[in-house]
Amino acid sequence: MLETRYLLNMDNISKEYYGNKVLKNVSLQVKPGEIHALMGENGAGKSTLMNILFGMPVIHTSGGFEGIVEIDGEKVVIDAPHNAMNFGIGMVHQEFMLIPGFTVTENIKVGREISKPTFLSHIFGKSLESLDIEQMKKDAKKALADIGLNIEEYVKIAGLPIGYMQFIEIAREIDKTGIKLLVFDEPTAVLAESEANRLLEIMKIIASKGIAIIFITHRLDEVMTVADSLTVLRDGEFVARKDVKDTSVEEIAELMIGRKVVKLVDDVEDKRILKDDDIALSLKDFHVNMPGEMVKGIDLNIRNGEIFGIGGLAGQGKVGIPNGIMGLYESEGTATLYGKELELKELGNALENGISFVSEDRRGVGLLLGESIEQNITFNAIQIKEDFLIKLGPIKLYDKKKAKNHTLDMIKLLDIRCTGPRQIAGNLSGGNQQKVCLARALTMNPKLLIVSEPTRGIDIGAKKLVLEYLVKLNREEGLTIIMVSSELVELRSLCDRIAIVSDGKLAKILNPDAPDAEFGLAMAGAKKEGAN
Amino acid sequence: MREKIGNIYNNIGLPRIIITSFFIFLLVISVPLGLNILNLLGDSIRRWAMYGILVLAMVPAVQCGIGLNFGISLGIVAGLLGATLSIELGISNPWLGMLFASAVGILLGGLLGVFYGFMLNKLKGSEMTVSTYVGFSVIAFMNMIWLALPFKNGNLVWPISEQGMRNTISLEGSFGLILNKLWSFSIGNPATGLFVPTGLILFFLAVCFIVYLFMRSKVGMAMSAAGENPEFTRASGINVDKMRIIGTAVSTALAALGIITYAQSYGFLQLYNAPLMMGFHSVAAVLIGGASVGRAKISHVILGAFLFQGILTVALPVANKILPEGNLSDVLRLIISNGIILYALSKTKGGNK
Repeated sequence: MLETRYLLNMDNISKEYYGNKVLKNVSLQVKPGEIHALMGENGAGKSTLMNILFGMPVIHTSGGFEGIVEIDGEKVVIDAPHNAMNFGIGMVHQEFMLIPGFTVTENIKVGREISKPTFLSHIFGKSLESLDIEQMKKDAKKALADIGLNIEEYVKIAGLPIGYMQFIEIAREIDKTGIKLLVFDEPTAVLAESEANRLLEIMKIIASKGIAIIFITHRLDEVMTVADSLTVLRDGEFVARKDVKDTSVEEIAELMIGRKVVKLVDDVEDKRILKDDDIALSLKDFHVNMPGEMVKGIDLNIRNGEIFGIGGLAGQGKVGIPNGIMGLYESEGTATLYGKELELKELGNALENGISFVSEDRRGVGLLLGESIEQNITFNAIQIKEDFLIKLGPIKLYDKKKAKNHTLDMIKLLDIRCTGPRQIAGNLSGGNQQKVCLARALTMNPKLLIVSEPTRGIDIGAKKLVLEYLVKLNREEGLTIIMVSSELVELRSLCDRIAIVSDGKLAKILNPDAPDAEFGLAMAGAKKEGAN
Repeated sequence: MREKIGNIYNNIGLPRIIITSFFIFLLVISVPLGLNILNLLGDSIRRWAMYGILVLAMVPAVQCGIGLNFGISLGIVAGLLGATLSIELGISNPWLGMLFASAVGILLGGLLGVFYGFMLNKLKGSEMTVSTYVGFSVIAFMNMIWLALPFKNGNLVWPISEQGMRNTISLEGSFGLILNKLWSFSIGNPATGLFVPTGLILFFLAVCFIVYLFMRSKVGMAMSAAGENPEFTRASGINVDKMRIIGTAVSTALAALGIITYAQSYGFLQLYNAPLMMGFHSVAAVLIGGASVGRAKISHVILGAFLFQGILTVALPVANKILPEGNLSDVLRLIISNGIILYALSKTKGGNK
């Protein structure tokens, strides 16, 4: 048969958010009863594509999209989430949309209760009909049995293990009559391994009943186990559609990362000598309890004078590492800076010992948005090093002149576009705000600089400037830099070594010119094949 | 040019323009009503400097992040305790008396402020509601204490029973009016002209300057940062909770000094329920001056205290003239004073929290 019948056919989808193309001619086809994996790095366009499929308001309030969506070969318009439900499309959410105080049955049936007429409903209408609890229980039992979940339908959600909650969400979706397509958005991210395996089995059971599944995940091994076919997106572009049996883990990883050879930074003469026994910062069995970015035991040695990159997917723990070192989140294990162990529990200890940090959360943690550039740049130095202060005995007053001169120097050095040192930081553009953060870190004269997501949300010109300045600092001043970033291209264009963090642990340390597949494998956490 | 005017307009803000216009309007109509405008202006100035320090107490509180401190009553009772103690001990030199009262008030106020700050740190997010109730309940609590204090000085206690404090205590034999009289002069007739209490004004401005310096010190800047962005401050290695406690303590101590300045200018100490609404008046004044729940400056205090007290001073005689029936003008007085508070609260831009 030449023509395959597709249940869902999204053809040539393009989407723009305020002039920023996030999807470019992407296509997605799913056959009935098929498990189709949708893959890509963070920001590849998976969520936007799913938002289009579900007719989420965010799509339509920002100007709609281009392209065709067909279900069962017929062109459809999905302009609201309940419309998607009518077409038989359901979603299993990553965060559980369940009501803890309700029973399993009530949660499965909420919004679609079965009711029977009563005396009052004859007079006042349908909203006063009573619930047909017996029938609802029967339906719930059937749905639970369908996915092979052995649980009483009358228990309350609160107190159930997390894995069960996921299954009840699934039961709710398949209880909907006429469900044809289920979307699983990273369903295994919050589950323990045994629960994840269980979920994968349930997905197979559901698929065997003819329901198609779109499976969004980062985990390559899961795709290899359950999926029949897959689509890879990268930077909003369609990369490939493959059948799982014709491909390999390595090939998928490579497709996801892609050959991005763009050099973000021009080559600079390198006269550094990096020695393995000259260590700037050493982490031993380092744990950080940062919600959403847990670090679960990392050992790292960062050499004096190098630019060390830390990469990995969002939520895998890379951001937790600097936050733990700076004492912003609770941590365990040891961090030793030039032979001196840091008191991680003591807030500000890392700063006092000469580590400066440019936070990934620029507007939240990085800046005093309502204060002047001058205040922002000098604040740490004033508080930690008592610089820019006039001391009159025990009284320490702000030395405005010195602070202003220093700020003017920094504005010139980093090319901060502003009206002057008194301009309010909140009114600057993202790139200039980032430069202010960087200026504050440098005002501390750090021994070690940690920058986290230095180019997030800033335009390409500012990006290049910031990155080039980091290289310059490193080459000319010999400053050791740790750079945490989700953008692999960035890390690969200026780091000497790149550690990839996956699931809170160190997956692998790679050279920037290592093959794409190795990066892909390390990021996807396929440790067995990838690790040394 | 247009941009410049727009900038100035934005800096002053519509509420201040409206309220200033209202104040000028009241002054203008007071002339045809036959009121003595010089006298009214003199009163406005005196009350501005007299209330000023109580309004100033809002600045450290707002800057450290606990928001508008309705709980300055805590500092007020500390100041009142200092003042009554100074009378009880019979310190006859007015300067020593005021110094002693202020020292006790500031220390006690600071101490109470530390505990109060601890409490507010446990209740982050609803500080303004909590401080309102703390303000009310400390007054109620002190109503009992005033009755029970074992003070013996005849100027303080009820003459017949010889126990329990009086409602109103004269400061004539103590530090009453000493700042007002210092270097004071009158413009025009001493009885009806414009009286300028130079000492009081200078004292108020000096305290403003000290607070200004404090806000620009290392601690003051850390405190302001803690109020504006706690996460940022934490990332700079500063204990945010400690800064909030410092801000609350300074605010409460300033309130203690504020009530002593107020009392010396008034000539009487007022105990029991008299300070009940002072927190609200201070909040309203600083809001009218241009502060928000998240940011307050010394300039807001100076401007706001003048506008709020000025309107109250001028509006009452004007209302009395227009509606001579005693009851109605009293009602009008309440409407005006509370109306200003309501208007000021409704015009604040929500803080950056």
